[in-house]
Amino acid sequence: MTQSPGKKNDGKCELSLEVNGEPKMVRVYPMERLLDVLRHEFNLTGTKEGCGEGECGSCSVLMDGALVNSCLVPVLQAEGAAILTIEGLAAHEPSCRMQQAFLECGGAQCGICTPGMILAAVHLLDKRAQPTLEDIREGLSGNLCRCTGYMQIFEAVLEAARRGPSA
Amino acid sequence: MRSDPSDYELVAPGSLHAAVCLLAAEPGAWLPIAGGTDVMVQYAAGKLTARKLLSIWNLPELRQIDILPDEIRIGAGCTYTDLREHEFVRRDLPLLASAAQWTGGIANQNRGTIGGNIVNASPAADSLPALLVYDAELVLISARGERRLPYFGFHTGYKRTQLLPDELIRSVCLPRRFSTYVSYARKVGARNAQAISKVCIAALGLLSSDAADTPRIEDVRIALGSVAPIPLRLIETEKTIQGKIIDRGLLTLAKQIADREIRPIDDIRSTARYRAAVAGNLIVEFLERLRATGEQAREPGAIA
Amino acid sequence: MANDRIIGKPVPRKEGREKVTGQAQYVDDMVLPNMLHGATVRSQVPRGKIKKITFGPGIAWDEFVIVSAKDIPGANCIALIVDDQPCLASEFVNHPEEPILLLAHPDRHVLPKAVAAVSIEYEALPAIFTIDESEQRSEIIWGSDNTFKTYLVEKGNVDLVWDQAAFIVDGEYCTGAQEQLYIENNGMIAAFDPAHGITVWGSLQCPYYVHKALMKLCDLSEGKVRVVQMETGGAFGGKEEYPSMIAGHAALLAMKSGRPVKIIYDRMEDMVATTKRHPSRTRHRTALDKDGKILGGEIDFTIDGGAYATLSSVVLSRGTIHAGGPYYWPSIRIRAKAVATNAPPHGAFRGFGAPQSLFAMERHMDRIAQTIGVSPVEIRRRNFLKTGQTTTTDQTVHEPIDLDTLLDRALELSDYAAKRKRFVAQNETGTQKKGMGVATFLHGAGFTGSGERYLSSLVAVEGCAEGTVRVLVSSTEFGQGTKTVLSQIVAETLGLRYEDVAVAQPDTVEVPNSGPTVASRTVMVVGKIVQSAAQGIKQTLQAAGLLGDSYSPEEFRTACRNYVATHGAFRSLARYEAPAGVFWDDAKYRGEAYAAFAWAVYIAEVSVDLTTYGVTVDEFVALQEVGKVLHPILAEGQITGGVAQAIGMTLYEKVIWQNGRMQNGQLTNYIMPTSADLPPIRVFFEELGNVHGAFGAKGIGELPMDGPAPAIVNAAVDALGIPFDSIPLLAEDVFEALTAQASPPGEPQLTGGRR
Repeated sequence: MTQSPGKKNDGKCELSLEVNGEPKMVRVYPMERLLDVLRHEFNLTGTKEGCGEGECGSCSVLMDGALVNSCLVPVLQAEGAAILTIEGLAAHEPSCRMQQAFLECGGAQCGICTPGMILAAVHLLDKRAQPTLEDIREGLSGNLCRCTGYMQIFEAVLEAARRGPSA
Repeated sequence: MRSDPSDYELVAPGSLHAAVCLLAAEPGAWLPIAGGTDVMVQYAAGKLTARKLLSIWNLPELRQIDILPDEIRIGAGCTYTDLREHEFVRRDLPLLASAAQWTGGIANQNRGTIGGNIVNASPAADSLPALLVYDAELVLISARGERRLPYFGFHTGYKRTQLLPDELIRSVCLPRRFSTYVSYARKVGARNAQAISKVCIAALGLLSSDAADTPRIEDVRIALGSVAPIPLRLIETEKTIQGKIIDRGLLTLAKQIADREIRPIDDIRSTARYRAAVAGNLIVEFLERLRATGEQAREPGAIA
Repeated sequence: MANDRIIGKPVPRKEGREKVTGQAQYVDDMVLPNMLHGATVRSQVPRGKIKKITFGPGIAWDEFVIVSAKDIPGANCIALIVDDQPCLASEFVNHPEEPILLLAHPDRHVLPKAVAAVSIEYEALPAIFTIDESEQRSEIIWGSDNTFKTYLVEKGNVDLVWDQAAFIVDGEYCTGAQEQLYIENNGMIAAFDPAHGITVWGSLQCPYYVHKALMKLCDLSEGKVRVVQMETGGAFGGKEEYPSMIAGHAALLAMKSGRPVKIIYDRMEDMVATTKRHPSRTRHRTALDKDGKILGGEIDFTIDGGAYATLSSVVLSRGTIHAGGPYYWPSIRIRAKAVATNAPPHGAFRGFGAPQSLFAMERHMDRIAQTIGVSPVEIRRRNFLKTGQTTTTDQTVHEPIDLDTLLDRALELSDYAAKRKRFVAQNETGTQKKGMGVATFLHGAGFTGSGERYLSSLVAVEGCAEGTVRVLVSSTEFGQGTKTVLSQIVAETLGLRYEDVAVAQPDTVEVPNSGPTVASRTVMVVGKIVQSAAQGIKQTLQAAGLLGDSYSPEEFRTACRNYVATHGAFRSLARYEAPAGVFWDDAKYRGEAYAAFAWAVYIAEVSVDLTTYGVTVDEFVALQEVGKVLHPILAEGQITGGVAQAIGMTLYEKVIWQNGRMQNGQLTNYIMPTSADLPPIRVFFEELGNVHGAFGAKGIGELPMDGPAPAIVNAAVDALGIPFDSIPLLAEDVFEALTAQASPPGEPQLTGGRR
């Protein structure tokens, strides 16, 4: 839906987008951050805010299959897009393997970076089913973890890849 | 989050034509926003002065990469990921591909655009030195039509460009004649990923192919980021070392001339003295690589 | 049952599934009906008298709830130790970002504008910002002499050693502030009603610290304050004392408005306004004999506490006790003090004073080695504490620790000798200089000295209707594995399945006060008390004739179900019992400082790139003796996480101060390591057991923070042959140090063109 400037209204617009496979309609200000729309309009609180500046990756989601920082996406730019959050991962193939591997390898400690980290790891496996350690370091470099020192996260991603169909 | 969304208008006209018409109707009133990786950070910090924004994200006309015989035309709306993944960009424009790889993390590469990088005009921007050494040209578009100008000179001062209030960048045009050059790029930041550069360099070099003599510099192009209010092409340095043999004396001379051209500052990220020293070291590293790869200068896409 | 059925096994994290599926509930995920959002108006000056507060135009002020110090029902302080820190400044401010007013509104988006519209006029007072300025006392900003606390530790007669010394080595070492940088910012929700009092839900480490602070602030009795910990996204000490402040703020707004209030900080506010690691300055003067054995020495250890006392006395205490490292000091004098500056108060951060004083000690050992002409490895061997010897506080080392052999193992694991030899040759040419560095150290677990006795921790274990067992403690989970390990301890003790044990979410209405979740005490100290309480459950069932001496998990569940059916849910309580033979003299600062020490040898391999002057850690070996590893994955995760934070502290994280305010309060400018920055961190354990800890465990959470900084800096010194005595060590610092050495002739110094 495009919005013509000068139209008399309260400034909000109606947007449709797909979230975790379900069509959604929402009436919001176009400059609401996608992060806030997910958390407050859709009650999908799995996506977190760690910094609001696109540095920590806690707010990572997939937008039309691409990893993005939802704190930097005005919701208008997500119109018509398919969004995948941590809550929707069960249906998305490498995700269960990834979640299980995180559990077994100690990839989650306090858990606040975990949703974004898992999204980033899943995105990496989508692009490269058997990543090297270097690929993983690069693929996750936009997701900060303060608890683990990353070592066990690397192990989790390698383990998830090992259990994959193309291993 | 320090801004109130209800204070802002954001429109997405859906086509390049509609976008430039809006800019023409109200020049200076609308701030274009592409991937948002700069604008949305300012917005969250409560520092975005613009109140009306025009989304040019994902406009198909801006997100194409056209391969022509003599040039590669990159739509201004192409993301860093688009650049990284494009076979011809990787092969013919390795400095741009590596800069794209160094800009932020994957999530920001999926959203940040080359046009946004140029218009945001930060002297620390990673891809701008590459555009300088590749002699890039910009196609600017408005309701009045298109104009094409050299990227060199586009930045007129700190965060100021030649872009008129009713214009957008349509594409970045890069010639394809550097495939025989030695490429060298390096970014020096506070950490290996997701860092604003303290100094960054993009350089191309070609040695003479005279088999009898020691090779001389036939063509050299050096550009640095974060050492001046704008991304800087080291014209004086290039002129001074052009045609010469790369020996110890030339390395020293190059550093001296470069040191006079750059104007680094102390800021929250680093110091002027450090930047100056590292800039000199990077230039030396480039010239040493150029000398070492003398014989392989003909191999396309050799990258440091 | 054999003792290794569940203990020592990598059982699944209790709350792991919720975390990996995004279902875990952190405070910002919770919404209460009718809730307001709160924000804080803070001082923009480092020190001054508040003259006038004006509420500017353009804001519908009547829509806001406004709270000032006048609204405080009880005492205007955040009760902790000295109670000098106001909850809201009323007349004077003593640091930038000090809270002055609170605002609340239903729409969180309007708050930043409202905060900006409050203008405050101050009469500026002279402010001080460094340890040196504070010591000079030209401006007194706290107490009579700017000094929060001092300690004096004396052993033997230090004044006699100087004449006998073959060598006297001096050194001064400094560490900077460090932000804890939990990825979840501070947040709190408060609700009030006159009948039940105040309830707060939040991101916190110590529910009873918050409870005590709210009682005093709100003038409410014990039963009228309830504190509930929510899933907490990292803490590291940064949520030890600060949550009392933000809880107080939320509570005051809730009391005034009659509505629930949520306050969540954004990253910048959290970074600039809340606590950081204490900056430090340590001066060493050491007397050694001709073989490099320590005869004695003086250590002057000073930390910058910021504007109010808060926890500085305790940070100082730990730093003081660890200042001598794992070495035998026949005599020593340690003078320690915590001083005031006009910065936001510094606070708890993993290690809590020990990383600061151990950085100095381990750098100093390398300096001693160089002065005397022995290797850094040899100087340590000659001075290691041995079983039967006494520490700097006269505590006898009883356990069979063999630091020499621990060092041997670390050297072997890191291929130290071969690599050093190779590097010496490699470093002759090229632009990458490589070096190896060693740090040997110790970390005492639990509260210092009489602290555990004073805490008198209480725990409960409950038998439930389903036949399962629930642990009730105020010890919180924030990633380190509290729930998992306490469940393992109970399951192992009672012979149950791991799945049959749960740990209640800490809620002061329900759980007893098992003390704060700090000081690496949860597994070792609280775990041991939990073990006792668990035994009590078994004894109850056995006494009731429902359970024999040996039984299966199913039989236990049946017995428990039957008991509950007859008697209702039942609890077994247990309280901390001070171990025999552990005595501490608070006045002389002498005696058994800690029930147990963990010991470690860390080795760093670094490269220094002479093109960029950057120091990179290429590989890291972390070897530690920790009593008993109760959960291999969690234990390893504690070490890798702590080493990563310490690498950040050493090479990346610098707080840039200007007039007491942090200038780089954004993640783009305060640099913590990403996944692309850290070396392989190789973790190894030795296990000597610990009679004072559950199943032989010692505390390990903070240990890994102590060693990396000196190991890395020692390695950089090894690589370049020039001294570095202060952290963080950034590329710019390496550049300046290399430049300060004479430049080679003919190469003019580069300074860059006209600015």
